Amino acid sequence: MTDIRNDFVGIKSPNPFWLASAPPTDKQYNVERAFKAGWGGVVWKTLGLDPHIVNVNGPRYGVVYGADRRLLGLNNIELITDRPLQTNLDEIKAVKRAWPDRAVVVSLMVPCDEESWNYILPLVEETGADGVELNFGCPHGMSERGMGSAVGQVPDYIEMVARWCKAATRMPVIVKLTPNITDIRYPARAAHKGGADAVSLINTVSSITSVNLDTMSPEPSIDGKGSHGGYCGPAVKPIALNMVAEIARDPETAGLPISGIGGITTWRDAAEFLALGAGNVQVCTAAMTYGFRVVTEMIEGLKGWMETKGYSSLADFQGRAVPNVTDWQYLNLNYVTKARIDQDACIKCGRCFAACEDTSHQAIAMKEGRVFEVIDEECVACNLCVNVCPVENCITMERLPVGSVDPRTGREVVEEHGDWTTHPNNPARVAAE
Amino acid sequence: MSQATTRPGIAAGRLDAATLASNFADLHPPYDAHEALVAADRCYFCHDAPCVTACPTSIDIPMFIRQIQAGQPEGAARTIFEANILGGMCARVCPTETLCEEACVREAAEGKPVEIGRLQRYATDTLMARPGHPFSRPEPTGKLVAVVGAGPAGLACAHRLALHGHDVTLYDARPKGGGLNEYGIAAYKAPNGFAQAELDWLMGIGGIRLRTGMALGREISLEKIAAEFDAVFLGIGLAGVNALSADGAALDGVGDAVEFIAGLRQAEDLTTVPVGRNVVVIGGGMTAIDAAVQSKLLGAETVTIAYRRGRDRMAASRYEQDLAASHGVAFRFNVQPVAVHGEGAAREIELAYTEEGRDGLVTTGETVRLPADEVHIAIGQKLDGAPEGLTLYHGKIAVDDEGRTAHPKVWAGGDCATGGDDLTVTAVAEGRDAAESIHRALSG
Repeated sequence: MTDIRNDFVGIKSPNPFWLASAPPTDKQYNVERAFKAGWGGVVWKTLGLDPHIVNVNGPRYGVVYGADRRLLGLNNIELITDRPLQTNLDEIKAVKRAWPDRAVVVSLMVPCDEESWNYILPLVEETGADGVELNFGCPHGMSERGMGSAVGQVPDYIEMVARWCKAATRMPVIVKLTPNITDIRYPARAAHKGGADAVSLINTVSSITSVNLDTMSPEPSIDGKGSHGGYCGPAVKPIALNMVAEIARDPETAGLPISGIGGITTWRDAAEFLALGAGNVQVCTAAMTYGFRVVTEMIEGLKGWMETKGYSSLADFQGRAVPNVTDWQYLNLNYVTKARIDQDACIKCGRCFAACEDTSHQAIAMKEGRVFEVIDEECVACNLCVNVCPVENCITMERLPVGSVDPRTGREVVEEHGDWTTHPNNPARVAAE
Repeated sequence: MSQATTRPGIAAGRLDAATLASNFADLHPPYDAHEALVAADRCYFCHDAPCVTACPTSIDIPMFIRQIQAGQPEGAARTIFEANILGGMCARVCPTETLCEEACVREAAEGKPVEIGRLQRYATDTLMARPGHPFSRPEPTGKLVAVVGAGPAGLACAHRLALHGHDVTLYDARPKGGGLNEYGIAAYKAPNGFAQAELDWLMGIGGIRLRTGMALGREISLEKIAAEFDAVFLGIGLAGVNALSADGAALDGVGDAVEFIAGLRQAEDLTTVPVGRNVVVIGGGMTAIDAAVQSKLLGAETVTIAYRRGRDRMAASRYEQDLAASHGVAFRFNVQPVAVHGEGAAREIELAYTEEGRDGLVTTGETVRLPADEVHIAIGQKLDGAPEGLTLYHGKIAVDDEGRTAHPKVWAGGDCATGGDDLTVTAVAEGRDAAESIHRALSG
């Protein structure tokens, strides 16, 4: 029996899929519909102090499309909740009472002073919520007022506020990190030092999605002007995966639970975050694009994959990819591959040729009858042809067998691992013992 | 080839074996994985999707397509089978152009719907190629249910009852189960013995015993099984055919289209199946199309569908009409047979032109003669030997929304019962829903 029940810093949910703090978790009506659809938990849309903020009254979202108008990236200039604090608290309490088996975590953002945090935390605790998430990530609007990513970009502030919160509440404290920073490990370490129970990431990436070339206004345009917004959706997943992995493999934050966020659209995305060390995942854009029902595919797909792999619980594979994330200097330079083109699968579009001939290593020959063949003497195995080929598995990278000679270098392929740290060209190489 | 095609009368082997094999191969070859992903990508995952509403079995189509997109065709198949255990056959035979695909929003957007039927086939084929059965049966309840008729309605009913732990005895009058899936339906829609393979796979849930050669009113009686079992489901189809009332209807070469199709489906060797040089099919439904197209594929020189009303009134969809036309079948509209001429065997058919009058269809007095060595009659089927004790309505067994008949222990569904539109998928829905109703009654 495949069990996908989740325990994240003591917060239990029937599955690892939470809705991230965002418009979908803005109010009781949405959250209850989400729970009916099967979501394991929610992080309630960020609460602040009264008087509540106001939002723009023009468009809040901008978009980047892929082919066929597929939404790949979404950006927003919406702020935190624009409803009175008490309204939210009442609804949170009602929801948690009605759905005791689901996770209800409350996102918070108040001014960077201890008094404000000491004020709001007991109010949230009183609702029976399972935990709080400190929104140190929002890159637009609130950051101009010294909150959100303005805090998240200063590790000392993160540590300070996390410490205040841990002292003021019994609830687990999750710190939500902004990706708008050079090295994600510093804010994560600060949260850890401040006593936070976990980090969640990534929040949105500062962005302008497009410019209207008639009005010369960035989109979304408010009366002819635009402001940078927070970018999310499938387009940001690679950024998020890397940041999650960086924290997961950092010895200074070893064991710090991570809630993975960023472009999760299908079960596979979620499995990747979990494999890279996330303890659960949060989703927003997929729900905003396709509705709450997408969680069914995530749940069934994750279970189906776990069954085929023989994993009976999330713990069986959680973090399994972390040891395989390493620094470039440790990559095996004796691992030699060449591109191979399956002529039966090839549809003769020539994209591999254009990419290789114009921008890479001139390692593909175009022959009579639009036959494309790899020139092993030139192929550096860069993978660009594989990536631009429209046919899956038509071009593959195949490892040269040990003992064979790489026609490009004239060197024999050896079995031993050999990386930059010991390479003769490395002036700082470590002498082999 | 031409010589055999023009051989007079009715003859087998008009085409060689290789040509026949090619003619009767899969009408729509299955998608490979790449094609399936490209097709699946077009689905918008609509809210309260119109395709689901259009599906008589309410398969969660956007969900199963999303599961294909996400690389889980087995999960997609499960989603399909939860609603429709004969999702494999329905993927092959459903007139999707008038059901899910007609409703697809991309039909409105681009005049090109998501190819739901072929995606369904991709998913179901993937799962059915795996050993085992996707559902497991709970502890037996000890309740015994007789299902009469192993066609789509009976099979769907039997499977759903087994899924609830009831023991099912499945009776069928023919030597093989499957009903119209096995004996009706054009061969190129379900080649390679799919109907029997699907039946075996479906029985894999356990708790279903198939007893063939057992006809209601012959080997078994409703009175007896109603007494022996806790409940009975009748999915006996329409075994009778409407006869042609025209002079010469008894001539050799004049026969029922359903028999012609059944003979063809059961033939081990298509070179042994005889077909006329000039074939005329009377009727306007799917049976007429299937008989006409297959006559052409067997090597008939000319095949004509003669329908008594206009094209717009044909029960067969425009897609099916075009399919027939693309195979070289000719259509004659607003004509009805008056006589078949010939000495002992049919040689010509005489058709009278018709028009819609104030009191229905009337002939205009003008007639036309077409060469006809073989005439397939496809003017509808009817309930044959309805068991006593049941109420009939317009020649079918009267049932309520749940499939209950006038007899407290008897349910009915599929073509033999009122309601529905005589499609495989409708029969599946009715069989499934009747099983749920029986389950409620037995659990109450």
